[in-house]
Amino acid sequence: MTDTQDAVDAPEVPEGMVAVTVDGKQILAKKGELVIAAAERTGTYIPRFCYHPRMEPVGMCRMCLVEIDTGRGPALQPSCMIEVADGMTVTTESPAAEKAQEGVLEFLLINHPLDCPVCDKGGECPLQDQTMSYGPGESRFVEEKRHYEKPIPVSDVVLIDRERCILCDRCTRFAKDVAGDPLIHFQDRGNQTQVNTFPDHPFASYFSGNTVQICPVGALTATPFRFKARPWDLTEAETTCTSCSVGCRMVVQSSRNQVLRYQGVDLDPVNWGWLCDKGRFGFEAVNSDERLGSPLLRDEGLLLESATWSAALERATSALQQGIDRSGPEGVAVLGGSRLTNEDAYAWVKLAKGIIGTDNIDCQLDDGLPAELIAGMPRATIDEACAPGGVVLLVGPDPKEELPILFLRLRHAVLNDGVDLVELSSVETATSHLATHSLRYRPGEVHGLVKALLDPGDDLPTEVAGIRADQIEDVARLLGERPLTVIIGRANLTEAAETLAAAAKAINVARPEVKFLSALRRANVHGALDMGMAPGLLAGRASLADGTEALSGVWPRVPTERGLDAAGILAAAAAGKIDTLFLLGADPLNDFPDRDLAERGLAGARTVIATDLFLTESVRQADVVLPAAGFAEVRGTTTNLEGRITTVSQKVTPPGTAQSDWVIASDIARRLGYDLGIESPEQVWDELQRIAPLFAGISPVAADEDGSGVVLEWPRRRASVDELEATSGSGPSELGDAMGADETATPGDAVAPPATHPGHVVGANGASPEPHELPPLPDWTVVEPPAVDAYGLRLVATRKLYDQGTQLRHSGSLMGLAEGAVVRVNPHDFQRLGMSPGDDARVTSARTHVLVPAQPDERVPRGVALLHVNQSGGRVNVNALIDSKTVVTDVRVERP
Amino acid sequence: MSEAGPREIPRIVSSRWDLEDGFTLDRYESTGGYTALRKALDTMTPAQVGEEVKAASLLGRGGAGFPAGVKWGFCPPGVFPRYLVVNGDESEPGTYKDRLLMERDPHQLIEGILIAAYAIGCGQAFLYVRGEMALAQERLAGALNDAYAAGYIGRNIMGSEFSLDVVLHWGAGAYIVGEETALIESLEGNRGMPRLKPPFFPAAKGLYLQPTVVNNVETLSNLPWIVSNGGGAFAELGAEKSTGTRLFAVSGHVNNPGVFEVEFGVTTFRDLLYGKQYGDGIRNGHRLKAFIPGGASAPWFYEEHLDLPLEAGAVGGAGSMLGSGAIVVMDETTDAVKAAWRVVRFFARESCGKCTPCREGTAWLEKILRRMIDGQGRKGDVDKLMDVCDNISPQITWPPKQTTICPLGPSAVSPIASAVLRFKDEFEALCQGDAEVSVAINGKAYLSQPVQPEQPEPAEAPA
Repeated sequence: MTDTQDAVDAPEVPEGMVAVTVDGKQILAKKGELVIAAAERTGTYIPRFCYHPRMEPVGMCRMCLVEIDTGRGPALQPSCMIEVADGMTVTTESPAAEKAQEGVLEFLLINHPLDCPVCDKGGECPLQDQTMSYGPGESRFVEEKRHYEKPIPVSDVVLIDRERCILCDRCTRFAKDVAGDPLIHFQDRGNQTQVNTFPDHPFASYFSGNTVQICPVGALTATPFRFKARPWDLTEAETTCTSCSVGCRMVVQSSRNQVLRYQGVDLDPVNWGWLCDKGRFGFEAVNSDERLGSPLLRDEGLLLESATWSAALERATSALQQGIDRSGPEGVAVLGGSRLTNEDAYAWVKLAKGIIGTDNIDCQLDDGLPAELIAGMPRATIDEACAPGGVVLLVGPDPKEELPILFLRLRHAVLNDGVDLVELSSVETATSHLATHSLRYRPGEVHGLVKALLDPGDDLPTEVAGIRADQIEDVARLLGERPLTVIIGRANLTEAAETLAAAAKAINVARPEVKFLSALRRANVHGALDMGMAPGLLAGRASLADGTEALSGVWPRVPTERGLDAAGILAAAAAGKIDTLFLLGADPLNDFPDRDLAERGLAGARTVIATDLFLTESVRQADVVLPAAGFAEVRGTTTNLEGRITTVSQKVTPPGTAQSDWVIASDIARRLGYDLGIESPEQVWDELQRIAPLFAGISPVAADEDGSGVVLEWPRRRASVDELEATSGSGPSELGDAMGADETATPGDAVAPPATHPGHVVGANGASPEPHELPPLPDWTVVEPPAVDAYGLRLVATRKLYDQGTQLRHSGSLMGLAEGAVVRVNPHDFQRLGMSPGDDARVTSARTHVLVPAQPDERVPRGVALLHVNQSGGRVNVNALIDSKTVVTDVRVERP
Repeated sequence: MSEAGPREIPRIVSSRWDLEDGFTLDRYESTGGYTALRKALDTMTPAQVGEEVKAASLLGRGGAGFPAGVKWGFCPPGVFPRYLVVNGDESEPGTYKDRLLMERDPHQLIEGILIAAYAIGCGQAFLYVRGEMALAQERLAGALNDAYAAGYIGRNIMGSEFSLDVVLHWGAGAYIVGEETALIESLEGNRGMPRLKPPFFPAAKGLYLQPTVVNNVETLSNLPWIVSNGGGAFAELGAEKSTGTRLFAVSGHVNNPGVFEVEFGVTTFRDLLYGKQYGDGIRNGHRLKAFIPGGASAPWFYEEHLDLPLEAGAVGGAGSMLGSGAIVVMDETTDAVKAAWRVVRFFARESCGKCTPCREGTAWLEKILRRMIDGQGRKGDVDKLMDVCDNISPQITWPPKQTTICPLGPSAVSPIASAVLRFKDEFEALCQGDAEVSVAINGKAYLSQPVQPEQPEPAEAPA
């Protein structure tokens, strides 16, 4: 308002806002905001059942009726359906509104069984709470209530009690609109309306647990929590899920030192309150009876026997010390670590690289992407990828199978925000139907396809990687005309990671402004990489050459030569060159794509020392087993695929004498005669801030300040560095110390970071707000795959959400959900086999053969065979087929 | 009965009902069929057709009575595609006029659809016919095939630039689908549940979220006559605001139930119920007790309302509505409670279940009334009945307010409110019991016998 006279009377209404009166109070609401949301944001709660801020309103329950006056007199309106308008008057407690709310509650309760004493929801039930606040004191209903058989299962983990249901449409809307699994529906009509599944179509959704959380009554219950505790007996702590790398925020709830439930927390930039079932019900593994509670030592008779920590550590360190004496630091290798918190990971990196002096450490098991790529590419957030109007190029795994909540965010972006998705995948995935274009490229040739898409040029061959030239031109046009984000990951384990790295490099060269979202799956793989848990890297995404200087005086030594990655470590171990092999929560026998190499590697290492939660197949091969504390038992931070650092909380004590990984590292260091210098997880950040500018101003406290954590900017912007230094407390001076800057520098005076650091190549004036250029990504050499043999099929090995992973195998409710090993081929190819669907087929690679049931599947293109890895049912583990040294794996599928 | 009786008027929509073969294309063409369409295509622009319909002041015949020409104008200009949806899901109890129009003169409806589509500028019309109307579906399907074959529907109709496809869709038996947004949901293949207005006003966001005009069968059937004879000629018939003729379906306790085309707005209820050529008086010499003037959802009228003209304003002013033109007559042998219960039971069964007050409220009302009829009424039940009504339709006013999404909930309130207000003694007579409540699980009885108070122990005899 420009008129000063008016400005005195009415407060100025900013652009994009409207002034609304709610219960006599003037509030400012955003244009387009719903009355119910604007009122809640400004402190007036309007009761509701069907309204959910993350779903389209439907106005069904009528609980949010209030009197709204837009100039034509007050009228009862559902506040979840009405958008605010300038000058609107809302009365939430008028006699008419109160009578309507009371009436609705009475209606909802007439057929509700009121079995609160035996209902899991009792104590945290919106129906209970709102009846207390807004409802009638007693019911006038004297007739017979509606009866149904109860409860009945709608899926393997969710049960429905149709008598308790108030038909708010939350679960059904979630299933249809959010998850895209429209498997539960309203059935019948009127007072007989019920939510149910159709016969033989269970609510088999990866996201079914969310319906239990958003159910406003106790109609939907989940088997893992049923009758386990009353809500008022639970205490909770906010934490971040570590089932995959999306980093969904949630609370962990426990009672009597036992984890009983996880509930999603709405973290706006990440999970919007949703969790996948694998994350939500994975808590059963925390409580598993098979958790390791004491160290184990291999005795003379080759059996693992329980031991004390001092005996186990003594044995571990003496073997380690002898190994170092015998073969030097290069004889020590560390596999795994992406399960750990950032602090644990740093402790182990410091132990391996800074104290032992080996660079043979890899938190990935050759199932991801080169560490230099992840550390060197410009990084996007989920919000950036999903920004309205953009284009997302997905060159990676099916997000629904590996990063389920990222799938929900992408789905929403595509369906609601006009984002176009281009998927490059060798087989049809659960995400393909969302894509504007989904291209079935021949395995092993993705880099060629990506190059063609970036610049089709005039002399495009008739096909590239199996994609026709006209399709390439169509897609290239789409990629070229709108803002682009690339999601890059490793979908197919038979395909060499270098092909994807080369594709990413090509994008980076052609479109330097394009940011990448990493689709590496393991929980804290990004955090581990940021801590330097990969050969050639140091903490803060620095190379050995660039990061060494900052470590002088902090680490006793720093490796000078790039060490071996996982495949290299296992090959060296198989050749007898690795004396001591640490497994940090790694199970290479099942997770490394090349089973044969993993077996030879474990057998070839002189001493294998494992820290783990469970006695996995690989851990059984170890000589020393150290029980580790796991999720909900340790505190610290974790980093998601965006580079967002959030806290994880300790809620219960670990089983037996299990220890945090940083404590184990610290103990080993002490026995080697060094002080790791870590006495608490928080303390790690003091050191990290000192040694790596990437972490300036970052600490668990900073991550917790704003509930959404802290995103590591990459490339960093000069302005943000200033900002952090101006606002953070102890960080800047230590940072300044480490950089040798003048202590008297005032905030805002830029403290020049080392110009050698890749993130801080500052422009000529030194104060450019533009993103700094990252150094060019390395070149990856790609071996072109051989021509496809006319009789063979090119193998595609992908992951399913439910497999034989360690956590799933120990989660009682989920362990039956893995589908089992099946080889899938195109119906045309299947016809040639002369077999019936489900019969065992012999799948033969250059390595070996396995027998697995075969199925025709239209989602698999001709010439390709699809196997899901880590599934049970195959006669031998299917990753035995894969040779990690080849660019692709060709197989023959035959009648046995 | 009015003194002069109704004057002679042309039969606008029912002219072919008496012909055995009125539904055939041959007979339709030989009785002037498709000349209006030719006239519109050859001599009029779409806007002129719209103007003609506005001049006719043709009110929608589906129940709400909104002027058809004005409704067409609500489509946002320049937004295409747009659709015409014909609401043939006639299912209000007592209403059966559209069924006759579809069974006996399907081509007249088709010609009306073509004229409307031409005026609106749409190339695709959907004809949604109630699932139970087998003969109407058969005749319409046949008529559509004939009209396609004869070039009345399809590409470049009658050599003009105008093209139209008509899709015939059968309902699956839900009353609520007569509500236009629920009909659109059903047509899209979803569960028939109403959408919220705003934002889903069909003219702006209708079928497939495109601008959509939803018109009633009778409304469209008037268009050929209006185009042939001019909007002015139509407006000369009837009252000032209720022009033309209108079909009324008379049922219940009259000697001659049926659908009658009468002059709109000037004919009275007395004419219609007692006129020789119409209802011909109450059956068996009984007296009128009450009648429903406009479909089951309308508040009831009584003897004193007989001289009201059949005109929306007059009927509305008297506290009811003409609605879909269904007049249900009850003589004095009718039990008001049972009658109310029958109507409420219909609405309870037809409630779609989407919003709470309707889903739970109508079923509860039905249970209370049933309980009364079964002799289990309790003191206070009448007040409770009215308060439950009030929670569905606040203040039980007319026109009704509603806590529900659509007017189905308040529809169940009207008959109860009417009956209780007029025949309270009949209700009170059923509510004398003071039985204690007992909920019989899986049993039929709602209430047990009164519990006998425990007899006090006889005082001990003094020693």
